[in-house]
Amino acid sequence: MTNPTSRFVYVTYIRTTPELLWAALTDAERNKLYWLGAWQRSDWTEGADWAIVRGNGELADSGQILEIEKPRRIVIRWLNHMRPELEAEGFARCVIEIEQVEGAVKLTVDHSIEVADSQLIQAVSGGWPKILSNLKSLLETGEVLLS
Amino acid sequence: MTDDDVFRALADSSRRALLDRLHARNGQTLGELCEGLAMSRQAVTKHLGILEQANLIATRKEGREKLHFINPVPIAEIADRWIRKFERPQLDALAALKRDLEGERE
Repeated sequence: MTNPTSRFVYVTYIRTTPELLWAALTDAERNKLYWLGAWQRSDWTEGADWAIVRGNGELADSGQILEIEKPRRIVIRWLNHMRPELEAEGFARCVIEIEQVEGAVKLTVDHSIEVADSQLIQAVSGGWPKILSNLKSLLETGEVLLS
Repeated sequence: MTDDDVFRALADSSRRALLDRLHARNGQTLGELCEGLAMSRQAVTKHLGILEQANLIATRKEGREKLHFINPVPIAEIADRWIRKFERPQLDALAALKRDLEGERE
């Protein structure tokens, strides 16, 4: 790739239904069970505001819902506020896709920003695997591994 | 994909080399991944298929190109399941000692 982009793609297969996975992703109370103490706040309509709020009420990230197609696809415009250098990188784009495959549901999170060697993409690459592993565990067993 | 798929996929130096290349630069095409490798395009395609089957890589369509990304999710799960539960601080100390003795610097 010649354009300066940083991008990570996360895929997990979960034995559930697209509807249950959609609910786990978009319901704040369900978020609190697996999102490492944080939750998303949004009306989940196109153009709506979107945020990640931490347990102490602190605003971690904010943005808007660019596209939404229940229960298949969400595109989020995403600005981090936790560290000045991450905020300075500007808006990232996060595409979440849900696809029914044989015996499971494939969840893809595609997080990118038009910044070379982005610190944001590096920072979230530590968080997404934990959140997705917790989400998988919650939907398949009713319990999470990491809190 | 099971743990067996993941370990089988990792038990091959060519496939580990492909993962290293994606770790160095994520989101490469098949052509880019083949550059400078002593492997045929067909062999690389086959290895990428095994890695994708094990969910160690993910692919995304970008126009006419198919881009390959290292998928950190199963790798993190294996690290939690097989490494972190053992004595992590001791392993870190041993890894640091090995780096010092072998003269490697990050």
